[in-house]
Amino acid sequence: MIPFQYTRASDVADAIKQIAADPSAKFIAGGTNLLDLIKYDVATPTRLIDISRLPLRNVEETATGGVLIGALVPNTDLAYHPLIEARYPLLSRSILAGASQQLRNMASTGGNLVQRTRCFYFYDATTPCNKREPGSGCSAISGINRINAILGTSQSCIATHPSDMCVALAVLEAIVHVTGPAGARTIAFADFHRLPDNTPQLDTNLEPDEIITAIELPAKGFSTNYSYLKIRDRLSYAFALVSVAAALELDGDTIKEARVALGGVAHKPWRSSAAEVVLRGQRAEASTFANAADILLRRARGFGHNDFKIGLARRAIVRTLGQAARGTPQSISDKKIR
Amino acid sequence: MASYIGSATSRVDGRAKVTGEAKYAGEFNVPGLVHGYVVDSIIPKGRIVRIDASGALGIAGVIDVLTHSNRPPMADKDDAYKDEVAPEKGSPYRPLYDDRIHFTGQPIALVLAEDWETARVAASQVRIEYQKEAHVTDLHAERTRAYAVDVPEKPRGDAERAFASAAISHAAEYSIPTEHHNPMELFASTAIWENGQLTVYDKTQGVQNVQQYLCKVFNLQPNAVRVMSPYMGGGFGAGLRPQYQVVLTVLAANALKRPVRVMLTRAQMYALGYRPASIERLALGANSGGTLDSMQHEAIAVTSQFEEFARNDTGWGNLLYKSPNAKFEHKLVKLDLPTSCDMRAPGAATGVYALECAMDELAIALKTDPVQLRLQCYSDRHQGEDLPYTSKQLRECYRQGADAFGWSKRNAEPRSMRDGSELVGWGMASGVWEALQVPATVRIVLTANGHAEVATAASDIGTGTYTIMAQVAADMLGLPIDNISVKLGDSTLPQCPVEGGSWIASSVCNAIANTARAVRGDLLELAKATQDSPLSGAGVDDVALIDGKIVSKRDAGRAVSIASAMQSGKAERITREEINQPSEDKSHARNVHSAIFAEVKVDEEIGIIRVTRVVKAVAAGRILNPKTAHSQVMGGVVWGIGMALHEETLYDHRFGRVMNANIAEYHVPVNADIHDIEVIFVDEPDEMVNPLGIKGLGEIGIVGVAAAIANAVYHATGKRVRDLPITLDKVIEFA
Ligand SMILES: Cc1cc2nc3c(=O)[nH]c(=O)nc-3n(C[C@H](O)[C@H](O)[C@H](O)COP(=O)(O)OP(=O)(O)OC[C@H]3O[C@@H](n4cnc5c(N)ncnc54)[C@H](O)[C@@H]3O)c2cc1C
Ligand code: SF4
Repeated sequence: MIPFQYTRASDVADAIKQIAADPSAKFIAGGTNLLDLIKYDVATPTRLIDISRLPLRNVEETATGGVLIGALVPNTDLAYHPLIEARYPLLSRSILAGASQQLRNMASTGGNLVQRTRCFYFYDATTPCNKREPGSGCSAISGINRINAILGTSQSCIATHPSDMCVALAVLEAIVHVTGPAGARTIAFADFHRLPDNTPQLDTNLEPDEIITAIELPAKGFSTNYSYLKIRDRLSYAFALVSVAAALELDGDTIKEARVALGGVAHKPWRSSAAEVVLRGQRAEASTFANAADILLRRARGFGHNDFKIGLARRAIVRTLGQAARGTPQSISDKKIR
Repeated sequence: MASYIGSATSRVDGRAKVTGEAKYAGEFNVPGLVHGYVVDSIIPKGRIVRIDASGALGIAGVIDVLTHSNRPPMADKDDAYKDEVAPEKGSPYRPLYDDRIHFTGQPIALVLAEDWETARVAASQVRIEYQKEAHVTDLHAERTRAYAVDVPEKPRGDAERAFASAAISHAAEYSIPTEHHNPMELFASTAIWENGQLTVYDKTQGVQNVQQYLCKVFNLQPNAVRVMSPYMGGGFGAGLRPQYQVVLTVLAANALKRPVRVMLTRAQMYALGYRPASIERLALGANSGGTLDSMQHEAIAVTSQFEEFARNDTGWGNLLYKSPNAKFEHKLVKLDLPTSCDMRAPGAATGVYALECAMDELAIALKTDPVQLRLQCYSDRHQGEDLPYTSKQLRECYRQGADAFGWSKRNAEPRSMRDGSELVGWGMASGVWEALQVPATVRIVLTANGHAEVATAASDIGTGTYTIMAQVAADMLGLPIDNISVKLGDSTLPQCPVEGGSWIASSVCNAIANTARAVRGDLLELAKATQDSPLSGAGVDDVALIDGKIVSKRDAGRAVSIASAMQSGKAERITREEINQPSEDKSHARNVHSAIFAEVKVDEEIGIIRVTRVVKAVAAGRILNPKTAHSQVMGGVVWGIGMALHEETLYDHRFGRVMNANIAEYHVPVNADIHDIEVIFVDEPDEMVNPLGIKGLGEIGIVGVAAAIANAVYHATGKRVRDLPITLDKVIEFA
């Protein structure tokens, strides 16, 4: 750990001004990820700019029938917000499948997007890791990689993005609102996180001097046919080995629209438009879901300990789509995977 | 007055704990306290070439950086470092002693600063140059280097030949990964020098063990050192031996002549002791009638390069089953790791897991119900020593456990029972542990106002020792429990060994009985001295202390109140101290037994395993307090669930490092993993094991649980997993 200065941002403009002035500064929101990274000598900011008091805590309806979520809305508040529970229950369930109550109370919406991988080597500053120290090598590829990726990997990094909430946001096609020195812009959720390629040190397309101000949800919430299934090594309080967010729009037995995203398997929530296309217009049944799973996992590859995740993901996709089709979403409170 | 012994009494220290009034080793604050932060080795083996502490020393608030080259003197003989429970063989680790590195995480410098954060920041600025040497940390890769150590159980007959000619046989290898204790409370010590007296608050299961150790290591006079550990946030064996932070704390206090605290981080605690990874090889041979002809158990476990830690993994079959031929072997592999150590039911948690899985597999080969097989093989005698037991209600455990569980409704066929998309499995196992006793001394000070202080140097590591001692003392002295205060965890109190092995309850409670008898004798003398004493002529065992009175056992009408006896004798207080001398009688075996029945539900496609029901029936002599006893056993069952499904210390052997050194990634069960746990205490009066009939409960809770779950997983899925933990990818082939 290294000493750092601590300042508070008075408003969004001030936050941007402060971060643009100091390349070694970092925003701190809930601190649930950043503080650990500092303690482990993985992040070494010399200045923390506290944004947690900025007025970005509202959840409000948009003119187009969607919802705008302030970047500092705590994960807990968001999960239990009446608008979200009623119209975007998939988002609610995905948030509640993550971390613990105490962590969710602290964690912010924006921080959840920017949280870093849980790859063991990334957190152990004594081991080679390209994400932490570009060019040093990837210890996970031939090391302990049970929790690492099977899709979109590169020779330089096989890390996953660990968020649950983001898997639902990918399905809901959220829009990320950011502001930087050059002004405000929006980023489609699919373009927010990156694949590792040969720049694994970059997790997202957020510029270092930009701040996330809000997440916008389009009107479509799939509140009837959805499910979030998280599979992990214990029944709560563990990161996903594989998670699936599924949302369907049905016309009787026929799928009108389908969206599926996978968590725990790639450097970003994993979607495949081809997989969603094969679902469209088909009967909502296991064989259809299996076809989509095959497409989603077409380029999947394991690294030893995580080989099983390919088959596991295939079954999890079929299961989750089935739950969504039946309108019986996975419960997060009954101590049982359905 | 109803008896406290046997009643469900709430913890007497509960209020202090939930209000924060109870202080732990890292919470004793004094003015001028210096904080130490450990710099630990990032390599598993080699030498320290250079330590450059200038970066740390330049930071405001940093006082000093201690290393092997500038530390104050400490002992240079192995003997000084051998604590009460150190392994017999080897040289105990000496922190900050020289430039040699024996394991990753070994402390190599101690940064001392005015506050903890400064010390931590400064620690990251200490530069160390290492000279690396090749290391080994993988038991499975090094197993061919295993060498045999002595085990208590001797061979009988010709086990190999009997196995070869057995009608039905089963041989397999089971493995258990390294596990760490992970108590909630971080290891910490606070050392304070004052007027030539050293007081150390330490997280330890044995204050006198630490006190004697510190006297030897730092050449101090015994009366100059006091070690205190009034409360402990979990020990589980991790605090049996003095841990390195207590040495560093005293070293720093000696160097600075100031009070010092050293608290470890969670990650640093993974460089303390651990349950050694082990490979357990079982070979069982049965005749066609379904009784054992041959039993062989070989264990290969981990120890360090510098000490030989070995527990009895293999002898447990001798306590449970008859077999004319038997052979046991315990082997060790030396690795570049810290010395392994005791962790809840050491030896038994691992050995009985393997044995009871093997018995399940044998039952299947014999097409016999697993309970039935255990009854067929049941032994009323300790097979190794050919001794009867002081008591053994294991048959009753099987019966009551099976009844409560509904075992008779089990369909023996694997994959035959289901609940929706889940396969249902029922498995069972036996559990066994020792009923140990150690010499312990208890002092009672009874004051004329009817209050008593009961004291011994034992530690309450969270098990409820304060509470059961108050209960026993209240009964023995005939006083309300609120009038009893119990003092523990102070090395100046009467002698008591480390708290471990489930021996404290029986040891200290029998010592209370002895001391209370002495107090009673004194009271009787005072009572007899009163005019026209109704108790004249009575002997100490003719009277009892009941409801504040000394009462004749033959005639309850003949009584003198304690208060008036003391008043008339002008005795303001009676102070007595007696020891509990464990019986030397070797004519009987002393053990605790249990039967475990577990239900699992396994998602047929995805492999998620849920332990939906556990019934654990325990025969452990007299149960002093059903409430704390239930908690002990229930906690042990939760540990067993963790052992079966979750716990594993993950090493990257290339680096010789623990990769999941935190409790987010080292998984133990969480609430969602725990469903119904039913604990049954089978009646087991036993006046032979010790006068109060107490056997102890700390270890038995975990023993056998992982086996019952593994057996249930097999019954549910038809898949036999022999390496723990049983994760979903081991149960299902995900093609
Ligand atoms: C033990 C543990 C278990 C967990 N389990 C799970 C789990 O199962 N599932 C899951 O999804 N998550 C899990 N989490 C992660 C948790 O969800 C994240 O740590 C949390 O969402 C981060 O939010 P925060 O506000 O605390 O971020 P901080 O720690 O404050 O910040 C994280 C990063 O985001 C940046 N940042 C924060 N806000 C903004 C903003 N508005 N604009 C730009 N950058 C910003 C910070 O600069 C920093 O780099 C777990 C965490 C822990 C510690
Ligand atoms: S997978 Fe990525 S984060 Fe993990 S060690 Fe390799 S480079 Fe580092």
